Amino acid sequence: MRPVGVGLVGLVLLAALGAPWLAPNPPDRRFPALLYAPPTPVHVLGDGPALPFIHPTRLESRLERRFSEDVSKPVPLRWFADGVVVTGDPVGGAPLLLLGTDGYGRDIFARLLFGARVTLALAVLAAFGAALVGAGVGALAGYAGGRIDAVLSRLSEFVFVLPGIYVALSLRAVLPLVLPPGTVFIVLVAVFIALGWPVVARGVRAIVLVERQQDYVVAARAAGATGVRILFTHVLPAARGHVVAQAALLLPAFVVAEATMSFVGLGFPDTVPTWGTMLQEATSVATLESSPWTLAPAGAIFFVCLGIQLVLPDLRRVPVELEG
Amino acid sequence: MVRWLVGRVVSGAVLVVLASSTALVLTRLAPGDVTTQLGPFASRAEIERTRERFGLDRPVPVEWAVWVSRAVRLDFGTSFLYNRPVSGLLGRAAANTGLLATLSLGVATVLGVVLGLLTGSRPRGWLPALVRAASILLLSLPPLLTSLLLVFVASRTGWAPPGGMTSVGAADADWLAWAADVAWHLPVPAMALALPLAASFERLQAQALADGRDAPFLTAARARGVGPRVLLLRHAWPVSLRPLCAAYGMAVGALLSGSFVVEFVTAWPGLGRLMYEALRARDVYLVAGCAAAGAFFLALGTLLGDVLLAAVDPRAREGLDA
Repeated sequence: MRPVGVGLVGLVLLAALGAPWLAPNPPDRRFPALLYAPPTPVHVLGDGPALPFIHPTRLESRLERRFSEDVSKPVPLRWFADGVVVTGDPVGGAPLLLLGTDGYGRDIFARLLFGARVTLALAVLAAFGAALVGAGVGALAGYAGGRIDAVLSRLSEFVFVLPGIYVALSLRAVLPLVLPPGTVFIVLVAVFIALGWPVVARGVRAIVLVERQQDYVVAARAAGATGVRILFTHVLPAARGHVVAQAALLLPAFVVAEATMSFVGLGFPDTVPTWGTMLQEATSVATLESSPWTLAPAGAIFFVCLGIQLVLPDLRRVPVELEG
Repeated sequence: MVRWLVGRVVSGAVLVVLASSTALVLTRLAPGDVTTQLGPFASRAEIERTRERFGLDRPVPVEWAVWVSRAVRLDFGTSFLYNRPVSGLLGRAAANTGLLATLSLGVATVLGVVLGLLTGSRPRGWLPALVRAASILLLSLPPLLTSLLLVFVASRTGWAPPGGMTSVGAADADWLAWAADVAWHLPVPAMALALPLAASFERLQAQALADGRDAPFLTAARARGVGPRVLLLRHAWPVSLRPLCAAYGMAVGALLSGSFVVEFVTAWPGLGRLMYEALRARDVYLVAGCAAAGAFFLALGTLLGDVLLAAVDPRAREGLDA
């Protein structure tokens, strides 16, 4: 199953990196006649086999959000035009909308790709930070022992059992409710690191506790190595695998946490496409029922979580629950 | 044993005080307060008067001390947002969250343990393989996704109401009809919360069983001619419960976090929703009250987990680090 996981994660990363070239339409372009339009069907059978083509989407009823395909005018897909891989004819009323549009008539597929950049960058940065802080604290606790260890261990246990989302919400809500996106990004990374580090620290402490008893450490000390040197060049490398695995487990937790925060309106403002702000569309049951494609970000989150689950060799690891 | 129990209870109480006090002070220090609701044209005197009415004109330490001295008598002050005593609001919300969380935990435990016993004791076969695959899928579906998905399914098929806790007018009916109505609304939020948790429990249970499969005492029992069913249920299972019980204490935090999301998506009137609204409105006393209630649940849950752990593992009972 591991190659499947690697493939999934790779695909998502590739999509995020290649967003400007892969998205058929700009993420903030609005199609006023196509609010909540369904995904555009791509045809390969016209009067016989043909190159992939689409039909213009025609608005039937704005009230009932009814659309139809204008079959009289097939529009061939244009490849490597307008600086993107594939697109329809957005000016001529036949945009290629692979996952339909949202309530503002924006291309959900394009927003999904661009949203992946924000969401994944946030999660990766926070996981990296949590790994650093966690490894540092864990190493200090395990190496110093005594009172320092007791205090740090209690602290990490305390943070570990807290219901993460409540803490994140409270910390975020303390700041002004409206913040520029850049500030939100930094705040969320900081909050996620503050909540995620114990996950890494607990294991690192245990590993350091074992390793410091080993003969090679005694030998290093006999050879005159300082405590700092022993810790960083000899003991900590033993914890590398653990740190990487735990940081990888934190990734999906942070992706979900970002989505939750933005979903409830305490994350990014909804002008910024992220998977969380996009999911806000799905808050209304009526929208969910009539336009299920607004759930697309949920699918993206699922693929990231599943991919990382499958990549990690050890399935016994139960996922970290920040969001729940 | 008694000493240990008292220690756990005391640390739980400390958690409640710490969480609610932090929430109170943080919200108090946050920019904006109840007077923003007066609108931009309120006069200075009016703003001062409103602050005074809710006791917001006192310095933070004084306010905190007054609040704590009242809170120990279960008087949590008045909510600005609802203009009602916090304790009444809290009681109802905590009961709703408690109902949802307990039911989900129960369902998740039964499902997880039974299926875990199946997959853990029989590594081959199509049924265990199916359960395993379902578990891995569900582990990738946090409550945010399961609740959205179930709401979608419910609204499309009409099998269950997609949101809310009661139908319109249910409060006027007699209590039996009311209870039936609540039970009719429960499956969507409860399953959304229970399914990911059940998957975690299933994996843990299966792993614990598999880890202990070659333990000498099991080989000995097998050699004495103990049948496979008795071997599994009377010998292997009790020992494998340890990691599961250890996870229980942590599951409570996850359960509370998850219930926030589920309450939000399915419009279940619980603590999460209340806390969220209170945070946004800077309703200081309601935020502190919600934090106290949440911390109480958390302390209760961890205590329960510890007691369970002590019950299945004598080493934890003796206070040894097993």
